[in-house]
Amino acid sequence: MRLHEFQAKDVFAEADIPTPPSALATTVDEVVEQAERIGYPVAVKAQVHVGGRGKAGGIKLAEDEEEARDAAESILGMDLKGYQVDKVLVEGAVDFKNELYVGVTMDRGEGKPVAMVSTQGGVNIEEVAEENPDAIAREHIDPAFGMHPYQARKVVYDAGVPKELARGVSSVLTTLYDIWEDSDASDAEINPLMVTTDDEIIAADAVLNIDEDALFRHPEFAEYETEAAENDLEAKANEYGFDYVRLDGNVGIIGNGAGLVMTTLDLVDYYGGKPANFLDIGGGAKAERVTNALDMVFSDENVDSVVFNIFGGITRGDEVAKGINTALEQFDEIPKPVVVRLAGTNAVEGREILNDELVTVEETLEGAVQRAVEYAEDEQ
Amino acid sequence: MSILVDEDTRVVVQGITGGEGKFHTEQMIEYGTNVVAGTSPGKGGQEVSGVPVYDTVDEAVEEEDADASVVFVPPAFAADAIFEALDTDLDLVVAITEGIPTQDMAKVNKRLSEVDTRLQGPNCPGIITPGEAKLGILPGNIFSEGNVGLVSRSGTLTYQVVDSLTERGIGQTTAIGIGGDPIIGTSFIDALEEFENDPETDVIAMCGEIGGEDEEEAAAYIAEHMDTPVVGFIAGRTAPPGKRMGHAGAIVSGSGTGTAESKINALNDAGVPVGDTPEEVAEHVEDLL
Repeated sequence: MRLHEFQAKDVFAEADIPTPPSALATTVDEVVEQAERIGYPVAVKAQVHVGGRGKAGGIKLAEDEEEARDAAESILGMDLKGYQVDKVLVEGAVDFKNELYVGVTMDRGEGKPVAMVSTQGGVNIEEVAEENPDAIAREHIDPAFGMHPYQARKVVYDAGVPKELARGVSSVLTTLYDIWEDSDASDAEINPLMVTTDDEIIAADAVLNIDEDALFRHPEFAEYETEAAENDLEAKANEYGFDYVRLDGNVGIIGNGAGLVMTTLDLVDYYGGKPANFLDIGGGAKAERVTNALDMVFSDENVDSVVFNIFGGITRGDEVAKGINTALEQFDEIPKPVVVRLAGTNAVEGREILNDELVTVEETLEGAVQRAVEYAEDEQ
Repeated sequence: MSILVDEDTRVVVQGITGGEGKFHTEQMIEYGTNVVAGTSPGKGGQEVSGVPVYDTVDEAVEEEDADASVVFVPPAFAADAIFEALDTDLDLVVAITEGIPTQDMAKVNKRLSEVDTRLQGPNCPGIITPGEAKLGILPGNIFSEGNVGLVSRSGTLTYQVVDSLTERGIGQTTAIGIGGDPIIGTSFIDALEEFENDPETDVIAMCGEIGGEDEEEAAAYIAEHMDTPVVGFIAGRTAPPGKRMGHAGAIVSGSGTGTAESKINALNDAGVPVGDTPEEVAEHVEDLL
């Protein structure tokens, strides 16, 4: 789960990482009001869950009231990579001489945390990582001990940070590691970490992504969860507790188990269709969950047909069939054709009770997917 | 023959008094697995389906001479349960639990490097040697005895491929679900190595998915160290970059690595045919037998 910049900055500031003076605003007048209070120049920054905001026009500098008003008008309400901007952060602009990058993430290949520092901050760090990997110094951390101060110093020296700044940057990195660990983050990053003309070190941006599996021990982030959803459908999926991703096709897909659902998506593509979504009902789903899943997929107006692919292990075919029947019996007319493929635990029992006046039953995965693709074409 | 587990494996079920633990203990026993003990802190002295329950894994291992455990403990307590298992001299610990925080698993991973125990999972369906034993939640009835080894990051995808194999009359030596989390114990390479050393395994099916670089590393290992033929499958060809698809691991980064294409290319370069569909995987396996 990705926190907004202002939320991450709150966490950073609380841990004593310096951040510029800033305030949140949702209207043009508020932006101007806050800019006056903070003092020009200010940066007006869209608060949406995407990276690369600057390039996309989501961050603008303002030297005076007129520019602040223009910036607010162009950013508030804009569509930024599919996200509607409804709030901005107004922030005191910093006079800087250096821009650094510092970050902590999990290196899944090594199975260990890794701390990273680069003197090439202020730009897309993913591009730096790809084009010039040596420009980012890395140090793996033993998760049992946490980051020792010497490790922070080492990675800072390795990155080539000027000696007079090394102490300050090491200190920020150590704090960043503690934040990463304490908040069960997957990534904690500052890009840029600015060095001002007075040699002060200030976090001009803040990224904090929380491991969703660890939210149970972080009630402080719980309120951000629904908000993090990209659109109404994903918010609904959060409520139902589904792993759901909306895609741009028209064949709705419901299945159990991430690997099998992804395989179903791939097969839809293989047979010439386009998947509308990824929806995993998870393991051991009861009838109600299945009903909710169908509700989810029918809520997407792009969906022209639905394929249900269940291979029961822990999930029982008869429960799934009951859920499908319940979901469909409430309609006078089924909104879109539904194809069902049941295999594994209690699949025979499931197929017996499945109301086949409401759905098309297919024996094989390939058959089910092909049929759903045909139906979607017919609906077009 | 088989790898890692057989009819003699003596199994402890951690979390045996929970709903999942109890249900799957019964399923495992019904399949023929030699479940010798269960654990549940504070519930020592009870019995579940005829299996004695102990307060600690240590006690269960000592009293019942167990050599493997299966973890059905909820995510908040699962890492602790794995640490407890690793603190005994078990040969194998199979963690079924889904949703263990990644930082917990990093600490487990560190401990793992200090002990001789093999961890499989977490977030995995378990392991089965058809006709002998299953540790986990795999539906026993779809498996059959034979000479194909199977290793997969996804549970239900394992079932799908096994179904296609069994349908063609192709049985399995052992099937291992290694799990889809970012940090796991047994890797593709570990499983491939075991299968390579198993004289009964003639062909291996390996099911991967997008995210991480485990399949690429496995491909390099196959090219360098293996004689047993391998058939591949990669789920998630159509997944858009940057989105998490269920499994924590099934996320494609913006750059080239971790994509289905990069994994398929790496496998093909290592001489591994990759099926476009689970059916095609079964066809390739049949051709190689």
